[in-house]
Amino acid sequence: MSGFRLNLRDGLGRAVDHDSKINFTFDGKNYEGRKGDTLASALMANGVSIVARSFKYHRPRGIFSAGSEEPNALVTVHSGPRTEPNIRATELELYEGLEVKSQNRWPSVNLDLMAVNQLPGKAFSAGFYYKTFMGPSRPGHKATQFWWFCEQLIRRAAGLGKGASQADPDKYGRMNAFCDVLVVGAGPAGISAAERAASAGAKVILCDESAVAGGSLLSSPELLDGEPAFDWAEERLAELAEHENVTVLTRTTVQSMFDDNTYLAVERVADHIKRPAKHQVRQRAWNIRCKSAVIATGAIERPIVFAGNDRPGVMLADSARRYVVEFGVSPGKAVCVFTNNDTGWLAARDMAKNGVIVEAIVDVRKDVPDNIRAAGEESRAEIFLGAAITATNGFQSLSGAQISEFTETSGEVGRKLKKIGCDCIAVSGGWSPAFHLTSQQGEKPVWDAELQAFLPGGAISAWHGAGAMAGKFGLRHAFRSGEEAAVKALADAGLGEGDSDVPRIEGDEIDYAPAPVFEINSGGKAFVDLQHDVTSEDVRLAHREGFISVEHLKRYTTLGMATDQGKTSNMSGLAIMAEARGKPIPEVGTTRFRPPYTPTALGAIAGESYGHLASERLTPMHDWHVAEGANMYANGPWLRPESYNRSGESVEQAYIREAAAVRKGVGLVDVSTLGKIDVQGPDAAEFLNRIYSNGFAKLPVDKARYGLMLREDGMLFDDGTTWRLEENRYLMTTTTAGAGQVMDHLEYHRDVVWPDLKVALTSVSDEWAGVAVAGPKARNVLKGCVSDCGVSNEDLPFMGVQKANIAGIPVWIARLSFSGEMAYEVYCGAGWGQELWNVLMKAGKRFNITPYGLEALSTLRIEKGHVAGPELNGRTTPYDLGLGGMVSSKKNFVGATLLKRDAFHEEDRLQLVAIKSIDGQRIRGGSHLVKGNKDEPGRSEGNTTSTCFSPELECYISLAMLEGGAARYGEKIYATNPVRDCHVAVEVVSPHIVDPDGGRMHG
Amino acid sequence: MKRAVAPHLGTIKMRLTCPFCGERDHQEFTYRGDASAKRPAIENDSIEDHRAYVFDRANPDGDHRELWNHTSGCRMHVVVTRNTTTHKVTGCEPVGPWAKTMKARS
Repeated sequence: MSGFRLNLRDGLGRAVDHDSKINFTFDGKNYEGRKGDTLASALMANGVSIVARSFKYHRPRGIFSAGSEEPNALVTVHSGPRTEPNIRATELELYEGLEVKSQNRWPSVNLDLMAVNQLPGKAFSAGFYYKTFMGPSRPGHKATQFWWFCEQLIRRAAGLGKGASQADPDKYGRMNAFCDVLVVGAGPAGISAAERAASAGAKVILCDESAVAGGSLLSSPELLDGEPAFDWAEERLAELAEHENVTVLTRTTVQSMFDDNTYLAVERVADHIKRPAKHQVRQRAWNIRCKSAVIATGAIERPIVFAGNDRPGVMLADSARRYVVEFGVSPGKAVCVFTNNDTGWLAARDMAKNGVIVEAIVDVRKDVPDNIRAAGEESRAEIFLGAAITATNGFQSLSGAQISEFTETSGEVGRKLKKIGCDCIAVSGGWSPAFHLTSQQGEKPVWDAELQAFLPGGAISAWHGAGAMAGKFGLRHAFRSGEEAAVKALADAGLGEGDSDVPRIEGDEIDYAPAPVFEINSGGKAFVDLQHDVTSEDVRLAHREGFISVEHLKRYTTLGMATDQGKTSNMSGLAIMAEARGKPIPEVGTTRFRPPYTPTALGAIAGESYGHLASERLTPMHDWHVAEGANMYANGPWLRPESYNRSGESVEQAYIREAAAVRKGVGLVDVSTLGKIDVQGPDAAEFLNRIYSNGFAKLPVDKARYGLMLREDGMLFDDGTTWRLEENRYLMTTTTAGAGQVMDHLEYHRDVVWPDLKVALTSVSDEWAGVAVAGPKARNVLKGCVSDCGVSNEDLPFMGVQKANIAGIPVWIARLSFSGEMAYEVYCGAGWGQELWNVLMKAGKRFNITPYGLEALSTLRIEKGHVAGPELNGRTTPYDLGLGGMVSSKKNFVGATLLKRDAFHEEDRLQLVAIKSIDGQRIRGGSHLVKGNKDEPGRSEGNTTSTCFSPELECYISLAMLEGGAARYGEKIYATNPVRDCHVAVEVVSPHIVDPDGGRMHG
Repeated sequence: MKRAVAPHLGTIKMRLTCPFCGERDHQEFTYRGDASAKRPAIENDSIEDHRAYVFDRANPDGDHRELWNHTSGCRMHVVVTRNTTTHKVTGCEPVGPWAKTMKARS
């Protein structure tokens, strides 16, 4: 193809600004385009014909289409963290300074050394990978030794563009929108549907994937109400945009149709400019909920498959026409049209009318209607009827085509007629309605023998097809079906019919039905799927080897699996398979389309739930922690201090200092994040008794108890202390990360399982701020500030709960210990949290009170053998963690029965132990426990769960789950982490390292 | 600062009409499984009965009564009747201590 810009004049190249200049680079070379160009039209105007290399054979490829269906012209835009691969050049809008790279080539798109892949030809045929690389080799792997040898080379050679490895610096937005009628596609059918719906007072959203809406009207030769279709569309769309009930979204692709009239659309807000403006999002995801929808997504032209059809220069006929009419770019110096239907002839005429040389029109049909023959004559092309293109030639790009006799009914190729010189073949094999959205819903398409196309099947949700999508081709049908669909949608929304406003149309009336010819089988490589390099021979090979169902065909040959999802190739593939099986196409069927319609950036899906915009919960003392230099760490939805690093201190140095200060003196930690649930009612005691594995019915008022909660299958679910505040009122605490799940669990059992129990549950996690004061001097600190309550062992014994007053702040004090030291948890209303913290800091000053973070908190509980999230991992029972004593045998509770299953009581289950490093080496998190040395480690007998440096023992320790661990204290084994190259000799010890008899916390 | 990334994958969508709140997006709800699974009585300690309650599910093709919780709304439990083939929702009834009151009122 050697395209060029035509002489722009009125009525030609309406999409581009004739007087503008836009500079851009492609593979480092400078080019000039015009405002309004796509990258594809600009490259074509500059005579660039090879824009990409194919996926498997690395064959040169050119621009094939003018829309989102493009299989060939995929490029990489931007560099560094903004790098975005696989962007369709046909959709990429040109802007000043645009930098684009071609893909899948080395070293360059014009000279690709990987093209040797096409030499062995048959080696890469369908199922090549399965046949060559699947088979017995290593235990546990399905690949052969040959695969392991080839993997690196293959991974480099295959694949499309490469993505960025750094974080995406751009922002993405999300919008929730509601409307009466959603109209997808702003072509003639979509515009008339939107107008009709708006006239009835409906709230309408009209989406179009292009920068300029209008669809086929942008290049239609018809006159509407006496004016060019382009102008008519522009006026009508401007009116719609002004309408107060109508939202027109351009550059917005409706990607997915979901249940109950819910749609996901992605708006490309700033992809047509170099960088999003400050605070501007790059893309915005629209969740659209409508009462009904009009789907007017048009149809996608499909090619005829013939030998040599992938040479740059072969493209879809209507796309070629669009480049001429919309962009004023000729796709070549000499164009040959190859068609099986009337639309190819009109493309030839419209191109010729605008100064493009059309050498020949080749039609597989023996006869065409008179008006079509007249259009052919107008184009001054040589006409070949009952003929087909049977081969192409050219070094890299197209330079000529062989035309031969062809019998439409038998598919027989006859004698050679003529070899013509051409650098562009505009091919039309008919039209496939774009029913991708409705197919996503599982609606099976139905075959239309007249149109030789699948049409959308019956509607599950409230949507109505209009225009070419529904098989209503041509402007007259498009407008009428648009209005009809709108009336049905209005009825769904409970609205009136509105007013009709169809324009008067002057122009051709043609038949859109093609001859049933999908492939010219004349030998030579004929490509069905251009993006995945699937040839017609691959489809036949799949048939010979028994992969005859469409689903198997897709997976065996990868037909239709690439980023374009086979938009231009599926139909031909099915037709070839149908022929091979000797069955009609509808019996072979079609695969279901999956969302999204076009490739979608992950950022657009993640939206704002990312980075600094993700929601986070802060404790009342958050600002104090930050001011004191704490690293904040995400724990469930909360941010908590990891450690308070003094200058020059590492996190490890800081937590060791903090933990040691608690063991020797006193520390305080913010525990406001613990889940807190207020449980009230006459049956509260009975309810808790059924929820916890240990007894709660007899817990006295003013006492707390540590409780274990199980899932119904017997596995541990959550733990925490619950305090009986009054006869019928309890305050339950849960783990920070488990609070939400525990609330769900309680509500389920209250509402669904035991609705007869009178219990009220209220989440009060945010109502209370909590501070734990821990260490041998904790009591001294409280003595100095608490009034209305004694803090001695008699007044407030271990597990006691008391109301009290600290510097005028009403508080609950509970004598609880997670650290194993003497400790108190003090709770007050969240609004008092910071004040309480200040008072405790002040009271503790003379005891050198030390604030400590999550790391120190964790270190203290690991030394004590207290379990937390890493041990409550959904795979452990109370027995596994040495908590069998907390499983009541006197009552039934959630999980009690299934916990009795034999497998939970086998002796070699993973059981909680502690391990300590023998030679001072660091034990890494995620290590496995093995018996052997580094060279022969043997099998894994367990794994570490929570690891730290113990200031008490002055060595690295870890809690771990070890097979039969409870009986293995004293054994010397290894903690191995091959990923980090660590193999540490450790001793298995009891998990209760510090103060095993509990004297400190009871004292 | 380390951050947990919790992408809100808006990939599957449907609408449920909560009997307490009205029509809402399903993302406000949590699926809790087959509504016909009934927990054995608290005094029942048959492993077989509990196993059936926890693990046995019919996986029907067609209408399925399933329990949902309006987690990010009123937090009530509802029984949704959903066709597993078409995803068509034909019912959304309240359960729990409030169900009787609701039914009496309507």
